[in-house]
Amino acid sequence: MLRFALGRILQAIPVLLAVITITFLLVHSAPGGPFSADKAVPPEVLIALEAQYKLDLPLWQQYSGYLGDVLRGDFGPSFKYPGRTVNELIATGFPVTAELGIYAMLVAISIGVIAGVLAAVRPNSIQDYVPMSLAMIGICMPSFLLGPLLVLFFGIYLEWLPISGWNNMPGDKILPAITLGTGYAAYVARLTRGGMIEVLSQDYIRTARAKGLPEFLIVFKHGLRGGLIPVVAFLGPAFAGMLGGSFVVETIFDIPGLGRFYVQAAFNRDYTMILGTTVFFAGLIIIFNIISDILAMWMNPRLQSKTHGPEK
Amino acid sequence: MSETISPATGSIILSSFRTITLVLFLTACESPETRVASGNKTGTLHWGNGTEPQSLDPHIATGVPEHHIISALMEGLVRKDSNTLEPVPGVAESWAISEDSLVYTFRLRPDLKWSNGDALDAHDFVWSWWRALQPALGNLYAYMYFPIANARRYYEGKLTEFDEVGVKALDKLTLQVSLENPTPYFLQLLDHYSMFPVHQATIENFGKADQRGTRWTHEGNMVSNGPFKLKKWSINREIIVERNALYYDNANVRLNAIVYYPIENGTTEERMFRAEQLHYTNDVPIDKIETYSNKKAHSLRINPYLGTYYYRLNTRVEHLQNKKVRRALALTIDRERLTKHVLKGRQIPAYAMTPPDTKGYFPPVSLEFDPEKARELMALSGYPNGKGFPPTEILYNTNEAHRKVAVAIQQMWKKHLNIDVSLINQEWKVYLDSETSGDYQISRAGWIGDYVDPNNFLDMFICEGGNNRTGWCNTEYDRLVLEEAPRGETDEERFDIFRKAETILMDELPIIPIYTYTSKNLVHASVKNLDPNILNQPSYTQIYLEGETD
Repeated sequence: MLRFALGRILQAIPVLLAVITITFLLVHSAPGGPFSADKAVPPEVLIALEAQYKLDLPLWQQYSGYLGDVLRGDFGPSFKYPGRTVNELIATGFPVTAELGIYAMLVAISIGVIAGVLAAVRPNSIQDYVPMSLAMIGICMPSFLLGPLLVLFFGIYLEWLPISGWNNMPGDKILPAITLGTGYAAYVARLTRGGMIEVLSQDYIRTARAKGLPEFLIVFKHGLRGGLIPVVAFLGPAFAGMLGGSFVVETIFDIPGLGRFYVQAAFNRDYTMILGTTVFFAGLIIIFNIISDILAMWMNPRLQSKTHGPEK
Repeated sequence: MSETISPATGSIILSSFRTITLVLFLTACESPETRVASGNKTGTLHWGNGTEPQSLDPHIATGVPEHHIISALMEGLVRKDSNTLEPVPGVAESWAISEDSLVYTFRLRPDLKWSNGDALDAHDFVWSWWRALQPALGNLYAYMYFPIANARRYYEGKLTEFDEVGVKALDKLTLQVSLENPTPYFLQLLDHYSMFPVHQATIENFGKADQRGTRWTHEGNMVSNGPFKLKKWSINREIIVERNALYYDNANVRLNAIVYYPIENGTTEERMFRAEQLHYTNDVPIDKIETYSNKKAHSLRINPYLGTYYYRLNTRVEHLQNKKVRRALALTIDRERLTKHVLKGRQIPAYAMTPPDTKGYFPPVSLEFDPEKARELMALSGYPNGKGFPPTEILYNTNEAHRKVAVAIQQMWKKHLNIDVSLINQEWKVYLDSETSGDYQISRAGWIGDYVDPNNFLDMFICEGGNNRTGWCNTEYDRLVLEEAPRGETDEERFDIFRKAETILMDELPIIPIYTYTSKNLVHASVKNLDPNILNQPSYTQIYLEGETD
């Protein structure tokens, strides 16, 4: 297991290097520079600014300088927000995005697993069709539609929940978490259903039934561990995707997270911020993939024996 | 054993899940006091401020959101009357202007203090203005200083000694400013944040004076001289400024604090206003204007704004070199229809570059909606009924409102001139690149005035103007704007010259004016003394909050 984890971590290094290189080349080849503005920028200002941010150096020098900085854990100063470093902006935005992601994940898992299990227990019945149809709607409904609908209903008509902000008023985290989590809940539900149906038809489940175990125990103790394997494999990348993709939800609910900074950085050609956040998110995705691989292996003994080789 | 316990554990999990959900909803259902209600009690104004400010350094910042915050934190030599926008005493209690209108002598108020208790005097202005003119700082508003004698030459590196620039501290309370030319709008410029004083010791404490991006404007570091001081800067969440007890006129300031919220999404902002979380919104979504004017007209404020929406015509493009073609295009835009049915934000149809009544200046009107005349001009140019008109493109930066305008104009030109025009949208920075490099045919543009004077709208189109970007160059126009107008001693004299210049501009039409902007805000009934003006510039020293929420 340890060797497997180490191997995956070593594989991550060239991946990260490729991410940095490609992103670096892409941002520098994008038309429009970080300092172009609606009002004409006088040439003396442009020269001064480019010198200050080392954009006057040849590209390879900028690249090697940047790599060195990243190795030291320094993503450099933000071009758009003078006086702020990229590290500082990530440190401010990420905890919020992560918190939102965790709540959304809880929503996704709790709704998704329950719906998936309900559907799997009685496949092709009304108990299957209703949650699965809802799941399909959940998958199809983008958060920029679901968010405003929830806001309209719970925030404006019923006036139960705050419609925006983060940590400003009690309950202001509920709607964003539901908005971000619902799409994933739908995936989780479908994956759970698939996994559970397969597991529930296995011999050991039949044995358990034959032993006369209560159905609740069969499903939740014996079935769920195997049935959730596809879900676990999905959750790692899903969580990373949630963090990287929370931009829309952060905008709708005015949440001061990193997602908003990430997308704005691209529009602003804030080179260091784009690179910093991309590398950061890439790192997260890699880490979550590794974690979910390890978890999946822990849950599925068959995978373990594969990596360990046949027992002698 | 486990066989009997597990179902029970299951039901415990289920019941605790139910309880948690219930508690969550109950806490949420308790309707807490709104920000507006609590703000009215504590004298705290909750202000929707658009985007996260780029910087609070007055010599670096450039946007409207930054302007709002900086104008609460700092003050220049003069302020503007919030109604008339006429200069009124600020840090300077009085000033004298020499007979030739070239020398301004400002008398500063005695006992002025920075927010940390240090004394503020005329030398602070000299140092601050020196800093603002350092190219390394990247101050995009350095041109606000150019009316000052030798400021431009110093900035461009043609002069090395700042002593030769026309600003001197005669003593602690007297600041003398010499100008290149009589500049009747000079006093107005002093209320622009780029000319505000900054605290030398604080700036030097956090880096070099001309270093961009030091931490002197951050929470806990910033020292300023305005009615409020920085209390909290929470990135992308809020900026809180609180009353500065050392401000000279603190006794007359009625607000205790202002909280600025960077809310980029107009719909979210409007919802927050409806839920009484904001006293003031930065904008109003177009689709909400009608609802508000029907149901809550008292909350809706729509006022003329000192800005022009126009199209640039690239005069380097062959078929657009023809003045008649440019006029035909300008004559077939039905601006009344456009503003009323497409834009719906009560924008004002524009027939000249300078918005009407800019400091009492009314531009000459030579444009109108005249398709008949336009068709004649097209025929004279060799394109009868649009025949043979080369493929033409309108470029705009990706934005729904710009697209709507472009589509409407595309249809008008098809209908009245029978020409086919295609639309291309580009992402903001790409669009800027295309426009500056002249890689476009027709492009949408907007200009918001920095100060209230026709000069600010007309000096853009001089041959070498960085904001011209049309390739149009007219020596007579340049002479009028650059040489004649600055020599005019009175506004009447200058306005006559500007009218001549604008007549040339509107005859040649390197640009097609489309509409004059309006400012659109939602303002809560408890906000008092927020006067409307064409700069949409609030005066935080006089605003106060009163009464019950509506």
